[in-house]
Amino acid sequence: MINLTKKLITACCLLLITFGAQAALTIEIEKGEGEAAPIAIVPFGWKGRTPPPIQPAQIVATDLRRSGRFAPLADADLVARPAHAQEVKYRAWRALKIDNMVVGRMEPVGKNEYRIDFQLLDVVNGTQMAGYSIRTSTRDLRRAVHQISDIVFEALTGTRGAFDTRIAYVTVAKSVKNPKRNDYRLAVSDVDGYNEKILLKSSNPILSPSWSPDGQRIAYVSVTPKGPVIYIQNIQTRTARKLKQFRGLNNAPSWSPDGRKLALTLSKDGNPEIYIYELSTDRVKRITQSYGIDVEPVWLPDAKGIIFTSDRGGTPQLYLTRFNSFGRASRAERLTFEGDYNARASISADGERLAFVHNHHIAVMNLKNKSLRILTDTPWDESPSFAPNGSMVIYATQEKGNGVLAAISADGQAPQKLSIKTGDIREPAWSPFRKRSF
Amino acid sequence: MEKVVKWFVLTLAAVTLIACASGAKKDESAESAEQASSGEETGDTRYGVDDAGKIDAKTLLSDTTGPLSRRVFYFEFDRTDLSEEDRQALRAHAEFLAQNPDISVVIEGHADERGTREYNMALGERRAKAISQLLVLQGASKDQIQEISFGEERPVALGHDESAWKVNRRAELLYSGY
Repeated sequence: MINLTKKLITACCLLLITFGAQAALTIEIEKGEGEAAPIAIVPFGWKGRTPPPIQPAQIVATDLRRSGRFAPLADADLVARPAHAQEVKYRAWRALKIDNMVVGRMEPVGKNEYRIDFQLLDVVNGTQMAGYSIRTSTRDLRRAVHQISDIVFEALTGTRGAFDTRIAYVTVAKSVKNPKRNDYRLAVSDVDGYNEKILLKSSNPILSPSWSPDGQRIAYVSVTPKGPVIYIQNIQTRTARKLKQFRGLNNAPSWSPDGRKLALTLSKDGNPEIYIYELSTDRVKRITQSYGIDVEPVWLPDAKGIIFTSDRGGTPQLYLTRFNSFGRASRAERLTFEGDYNARASISADGERLAFVHNHHIAVMNLKNKSLRILTDTPWDESPSFAPNGSMVIYATQEKGNGVLAAISADGQAPQKLSIKTGDIREPAWSPFRKRSF
Repeated sequence: MEKVVKWFVLTLAAVTLIACASGAKKDESAESAEQASSGEETGDTRYGVDDAGKIDAKTLLSDTTGPLSRRVFYFEFDRTDLSEEDRQALRAHAEFLAQNPDISVVIEGHADERGTREYNMALGERRAKAISQLLVLQGASKDQIQEISFGEERPVALGHDESAWKVNRRAELLYSGY
C-alpha cells in the first residue's frame, strides 16, 4: 500500500546550507501524516561577545522534525525563552499541549572550544528527564549538537538516535575541461548534508560506496576504461588500497560485520557470481552457483548468511544463502515473489527488515512474515540504505532529470529530500553509528 | 537485405584474398588506409590492394558502408537476444577476425538507466558476452576479444524515455584505431 499518495505533503522547511563557497546540499523536509509529538526546543542562551557560530536549538529541532516522530513548535509559538530548567514556568508550557521541552545554553570556553548545557524536561510532571554539560571543539560543534538530538530522541522513543551519523554518496557534474565527459566525486557529509568532504575526484564512474563497520573506510567501485576495479579508501588519511582485480566484473562490495572480508561480485569464472574476498590474504571464495546474474550481496548482521540479487528465476529477485557451521554456503532461498524487479537490498541492523528496489520504487519487507510495504511512489528510485538505527532509509531518486537523495522513515512517514545545486547526486550509503565525541 | 548479401559476398571475396596472402607490411597498409579515407570524402570507397593482391584489414575496417561497418547492436530491456540481422552482421566480424588473428576487438556492453546500477553492470557484461560467444562460435579466437561492461554509466542518449533507453541498451565493437 502506498501511504504517500494519501498524504498531504507540505513543504515545511527549506534549509539552505551556505558554507561560503562550499555550499553544497539543500534539504527539503516534507511533512508526513503520521503522529508527530509536539515538542518545544527553546533557543539556547548564549554568553559570548560575538554572535554564536550556530544556534543549537535550530539544529536539534530540524533533526527531530526529520525523524517524522516530532513536531517542534514554531519560534513564534514559544511562550518564553528560558535557558535553564529553573526558569521554566511549566503551567504556561502545559497550555501548549506539549509533553516535552528542551532548554539549554552555550558559551565559549578558551580558544576554539565551547560548553553546551541542556536539559530535556517532562512538561506534564515538571521534571528533568536528561541533562548534560558538554565541552566541544569548534570543529565538532555541529556533531555535539546532533548528539544532543540523539540523546533527546533516545530518551523519548527508546530508540538510539542516528542524527550524528554520516552519508557517503557520489556526485556527477560535467567536466570543466571536457564538457563531453563527467567528473565523479565520492563524498561524505553529515546526514543533514553539512560538512561535505570530497574523498575522491575521478573521470571514471564511481559505484556502490560501502562503509566499513568501524566507519573508517569506504569500499567502492571505479568503472575504469579497462573495466571495474574495487578500492578501499580510508576516510581520514584518504589513502586508498586497490583490491586484486579479476578478469570481468569486480563489483558491488559489501563489508562483513567483522570488517575483515568483502562480499562482492566477480565474473572471472564466466558469469557473475558472489564471492567472499578476504582482505588479509586477497583470496576469494565463491559462494553462489547459477547461470544467472548474482550481484549486490549484503551480509546478515550476524554474518551467518548473505542476501543478494539474482535473475536465476528469470527476473531479478532477492535470495538468501546461509553458511553452515563449516562456513559452506547453502542452496539459496528466494525471498521476494511480488513484482518482477526486486534488487539491491539493504538490511536493518537488527536483521529484521530489508529495504530494496521493488519495481523501481523503494520497499521494505519484514523478513519474518515477508510482508511488503512500498514506501515511495516516484519513478526510478534506487540504492536504498538503512540508517543504523533502522528508523529511516536514504535512497536516490530523480527530480527534473537530476539525481537527488531522499530519505523516508522506514514506516513511510516524513520523507525528506537532499539535493545539491548543480549536477547529480546518487548512490547514498548511510554510515554506522559513531562514537560520542564528548 | 540485398545490400547485406552483396557485402557478405564481398567479405567472402576479401577473406579469400586475405587467406591467399601472407600478412601485409605495416607502411603499405597505412597508405591504403589513407586512400580509403580520401575516398570517404567523395562518397566513393576505394580498396587498397597490395602487391600480393590482398585487401588489407585496415581498408576493410575503414569502410563506412562495408560489411564491418555495423559495430553497434541493440537489445530489449533486460535481454541479450540478437536479431537474425545482427547475427549476419556479426558473422562478417567473426570471419574478419578469424582471417586477421593479429587484430583484436573490445566489446563494450551497456544498459539503459532502468534497474539498479550493479545489476546493469552485470547485464552489460552479459550483452558483451552474447556477442563474443557468437564471434567465437564462428571462428574468432577468444584471445582476440575482450569484453568490458559499463552498465548504465555511459549512455549515448540522456533522455528518460524509450527513445533514449533503446539506443543505450547496446553493445559496441571497438577495433583499436577505428
